Amino acid sequence: MADRFSAAWARLPDYLVPHVLLSATALAIGVAIAVPLAVVATRSRALRWPLLAVAGMFQTVPSLALLALFYPLLLALSALSTQLIGRGFPALGFLPSVLALTLYAILPVLRNTVAGLEAVSADTREAALGVGMSRRQSLLQVELPIAAPLVLAGVRTSAVWVIGAATLATPVGQVSLGNYIFTGLQTENWVSVLFGCIAASALALIVDQLLGAVEAGLRKRDRRFVIAGLVALAAGTAAAGWPAAASAMAGPRYLVGAKTFGEQIILGRLLQDELQAHGLRADVRTGLGSSVILQALRADEIDAYVDYSGTIWTNAMGRRDNPGRKAVMDGVTDWLGRRYGVKVVGPLGFQNAYALAMREDRARALGVRTIADLTRVAPRLVIGGDYEFFGRPEWTSLERAYHLRFRAERQFASTFMYRALESGSVDVVSAFSSDGQISVDRLRVLRDPKGALPPYDALILVAPARAGDARLISALRPLVNALPVETMRRANGAVDGGHASAAEAAARLARGIAASERPRAGGPEVVTAAHAS
Amino acid sequence: MTKSSLPEPRGAISLTNVGKCFGSGRPALIGVSLEVRMGELLAVVGGSGSGKTTMLRLMHRLIEPDSGEVRVLDADPSTPPHVFRRQVGYVFQGVGLFPHLTVAENIAITPKLLRWPRGRIEARVSRLLELMELPRSEYGGRLPATLSGGQRQRVGIARALAGRPRVMLMDEPFGALDPITRDDLGRAYRALHDRFGLATVMVTHDITEAILMADRIAVMREGRLVTVGPAAALAVSEEPYVQALFERPRGQLRQMASILEPAAKEPVHG
Repeated sequence: MADRFSAAWARLPDYLVPHVLLSATALAIGVAIAVPLAVVATRSRALRWPLLAVAGMFQTVPSLALLALFYPLLLALSALSTQLIGRGFPALGFLPSVLALTLYAILPVLRNTVAGLEAVSADTREAALGVGMSRRQSLLQVELPIAAPLVLAGVRTSAVWVIGAATLATPVGQVSLGNYIFTGLQTENWVSVLFGCIAASALALIVDQLLGAVEAGLRKRDRRFVIAGLVALAAGTAAAGWPAAASAMAGPRYLVGAKTFGEQIILGRLLQDELQAHGLRADVRTGLGSSVILQALRADEIDAYVDYSGTIWTNAMGRRDNPGRKAVMDGVTDWLGRRYGVKVVGPLGFQNAYALAMREDRARALGVRTIADLTRVAPRLVIGGDYEFFGRPEWTSLERAYHLRFRAERQFASTFMYRALESGSVDVVSAFSSDGQISVDRLRVLRDPKGALPPYDALILVAPARAGDARLISALRPLVNALPVETMRRANGAVDGGHASAAEAAARLARGIAASERPRAGGPEVVTAAHAS
Repeated sequence: MTKSSLPEPRGAISLTNVGKCFGSGRPALIGVSLEVRMGELLAVVGGSGSGKTTMLRLMHRLIEPDSGEVRVLDADPSTPPHVFRRQVGYVFQGVGLFPHLTVAENIAITPKLLRWPRGRIEARVSRLLELMELPRSEYGGRLPATLSGGQRQRVGIARALAGRPRVMLMDEPFGALDPITRDDLGRAYRALHDRFGLATVMVTHDITEAILMADRIAVMREGRLVTVGPAAALAVSEEPYVQALFERPRGQLRQMASILEPAAKEPVHG
């Protein structure tokens, strides 16, 4: 507990700084858009309703979805811009996060500014014209200053929303305090989750109080409050911006990507450790959705990550056949290289395949050894899967191959799925062959006699721009065929069980690989033996 | 634009056959012709809806006439209205002080718009506050919300005078005040008017105020100018509407005399 807290504390600057920069940027742009829009809305009856309605509509879109939707949009725009002017822009990370959060920031400021401007009395507005002001002078010298306290109240609301919603930027690849929450959820590290929540709330409270001081200053027309509040906010933002600016000047860093689940976080750290061991600067960006991570690699937004042969075979290539483990791996390597210039450095040596697993006692009682045996008993059983599983082609292909009709299908966050299996609320789960839980809970993994599920070898992929980067490739090469499935399961089990952090598990793997480096060197690599299927 | 070096214009304000109609309903102003000379204080009286305020707003170019011509200080009609308005003082019915600015900042508005140098603005603000009997040390830094109605109205007049206008337009400037304050302020304004040699048009619904303050009185009814002239001339007018208008102060006067004269010997009320 204390260890986890100090580990979380140590990461605070890494997560807090981008969170502050992201929120401040989104808020600043939001205010810069909302105030002029409010002026337009109060000047023109015809535009008023549509403007408020559209701003309100953005507010009703769930934050996570809004953030996620910007990714494909930006990707398309980036492709268009590459076509038109020969230059694209990153579609992942800061940009989509800022855009989505900006949309969130607009409404409260827009609404309050409209209310503030409309609260300026007709007498006052006529007086402004009467003393000889132009419309513009009246707006800037009379109407906006009078509305200012209400505008600030809107900015406060926006700030609290934006700081809270910025935690959701993690899944689109922007580091934020949400990294505590998402990583913690994956690894059942509740200290980390709580730490992230409290840090985000504390930040929101502090900013709210400072903006509150500015608002009080405007209300009381006391410049000291206004200046003190603004200076504190600016100092905080500048302090957050300084290290980022400094590191941007320090030269290129490699960026390793990782998906949302525990094994990927361990592997992301492992790649980072390996690069650092070779004297290269490297960061990890965890929490990338499995649908965006390959696109990010193709677009050179991340430099390397680990994906699985079957994932690319079925999802990216759209293949439904299963020609065998070696053929799939070769096919994927060839296709990625030809189609996108993505380089496959090699397999890590284990598979993280979709598999169906049951509790040993339950499987024995029902006499189930293979998936084919499930056909008979499935109508009495409940199957649990992660959020993706039932939407994936693997499931369709399993259903079709074995005529599976379960009594019910339930979806879980993958950490809760095994709990449900243990408690008996589901009978069968969609497991992954490298899950630590399989060895911890001694689960029975059901064989797939018809080969309906494709193989899922973990492959190290390198972005097109880095495909010729000899230093990077040679730094990653020691990982090839260095991780047997049992080793990976142990590492996953240690993290899932809370015995080690992802960083510790990765460090342990790296030490093991370094130790076996010498004896393995030279000999031809052999694909590690099949997992427990 | 008129400069002091140019010869004195014939009249400070001249309306020629001015008509104004708002959206629907009967016209607000029909065929009004009127001259106001420099140094003259003209009171405009009439019931509500008679067109008094419309006429004043036309003179300040807050609205433009549908027909006829409005000329103030022989200003070039191509001057943008907001630039023109800086040459004219306007006192609003609702005072309309800027609530976010201090008394001194409110008064300094028009000189700032005229880009006077800072020292000149400061001196002008101090001088006007002094004339209005609101010492700057005590009132200059206060916000309008902390002032009484009479004090606010004084600041309103000071603000209108700040840019050294030669024409003042006042819409019911003393309407919301208690009778004593009103009387004092009216007298104080008349003194300023004479001292600066202004041309003032003052809209009021109070015929007594008009008689006491104005050089001439214009009587408006249903958008038309019924008559214009000195109080003494209007008092003998044949026009039934004007006679009716003057009947009220006359009646009050008779009543006052009957109460006050015997009261000299034996006071009635305490």
